[in-house]
Amino acid sequence: MASLKELKNRIGSVKSTQKITKAKQMVAAAKLRRAQEAAEAAKPYAKRMANVVANLTSAMDGSLGPRLLAGTGDDQVHLLIVVTAERGLCGGFNANCAKLARQTITALQNDGKTIKVLTVGKKGREALKSDFSDLFIDHVDLSEAKDDFAPFAIGLGKDLAARFDAGEFDIATIIFSEFQNVLVQSPKTAQLIPAVSPDDADLVDLRGAIYAYEPSETEILEVLLPRYLTTQILSAMLENIAGEQAASMTAMDNATRNAGDLINKLTLQYNRARQAQITKELIEIISGAEAL
Amino acid sequence: MADKLNFSLVSPARELFSGEVDHVVAPGSDGEFGVLANHAPFMSTLKNGVVRVLDGETVSMRLFVRGGFADVTPNGLTILAEEAVDLATIDADALEKDIDDLRHKLMAEGADSPHHLALEEQISYLKSVQAEL
Repeated sequence: MASLKELKNRIGSVKSTQKITKAKQMVAAAKLRRAQEAAEAAKPYAKRMANVVANLTSAMDGSLGPRLLAGTGDDQVHLLIVVTAERGLCGGFNANCAKLARQTITALQNDGKTIKVLTVGKKGREALKSDFSDLFIDHVDLSEAKDDFAPFAIGLGKDLAARFDAGEFDIATIIFSEFQNVLVQSPKTAQLIPAVSPDDADLVDLRGAIYAYEPSETEILEVLLPRYLTTQILSAMLENIAGEQAASMTAMDNATRNAGDLINKLTLQYNRARQAQITKELIEIISGAEAL
Repeated sequence: MADKLNFSLVSPARELFSGEVDHVVAPGSDGEFGVLANHAPFMSTLKNGVVRVLDGETVSMRLFVRGGFADVTPNGLTILAEEAVDLATIDADALEKDIDDLRHKLMAEGADSPHHLALEEQISYLKSVQAEL
């Protein structure tokens, strides 16, 4: 049995750990609110953009469009963009995303495809480094981003378009954590290049009318598609950060509760040990008195 | 009263306006165009300029957009702006100060700075916003 002093120290250290996790939880909760608002605010634009792209592409023959839409006609080289958090202490959030990335890479490799990996956020890179470091082509560091991800999304979008034009890959897929609600963040894959419109886009019934374009259809698509790419990357980043904060909040909440349980258990043990010692001392005194 | 036009204006940061209006005039890259209810399907890129929202004959709102797209469908008009701001909410003095700050920054950076172009563009954008006030 541990001595009284040891138990007391232990309780003290668990208490200070609890204070830290509690503080981290509150910080995450405050950040979550902001991140969630940002993610929500960006949604109408992303949704409308997807609808516009869906409407445009449904009206035209896929193979004739710009390359960002039609693709290279091949599917040999895959680029995976893995979006994760910059920090840990958020439960299985990063691990889940890395797991999906690992499964996707293995599945594609089994099909004989060439894989390239571009990581966004430090944690995913660390998780994949041991197995796939030879596949890494680039990394985007979000630690400087604070709350403004737009420049990073625009930069990455341009970078991807340039790499695509240079023929570095045929298909680009982004892997990120979808923010469903505070308790559920599920890793998800979405194809970026060639552009696909989401299944839930509202196709507008034109009632037999024909779209007029100004300037021309191709010119509009050439401007629209890179922007669509950027929008998708941005919303992935925003959902990722909201998810990170939510996961961190939940993880820290659990940790705080665990620490509470542990403190209760240790306190009980401490009190028992103290009582046992008192009893022992009493017995010693009493038996000493009786012996006289 | 004639049919109303379902109009929404969104920027990546947020939705600036969504609702029913009578008439919207937008700065298309090939020229300004007006959209009323039941307009034929139409899509255009936009240049920097003012989107005017009209209720009846009066202009009820003026929004400055920095490029983007206008999409007219039977459901209404959607403007996807890269950046948009309601002119009624702009503080002229603050804008003046922003332009000044950027000018100083531009001076300080020097001509061969990589931010040179971006800064100049931002200044000319703010100036065109100012001109519309």
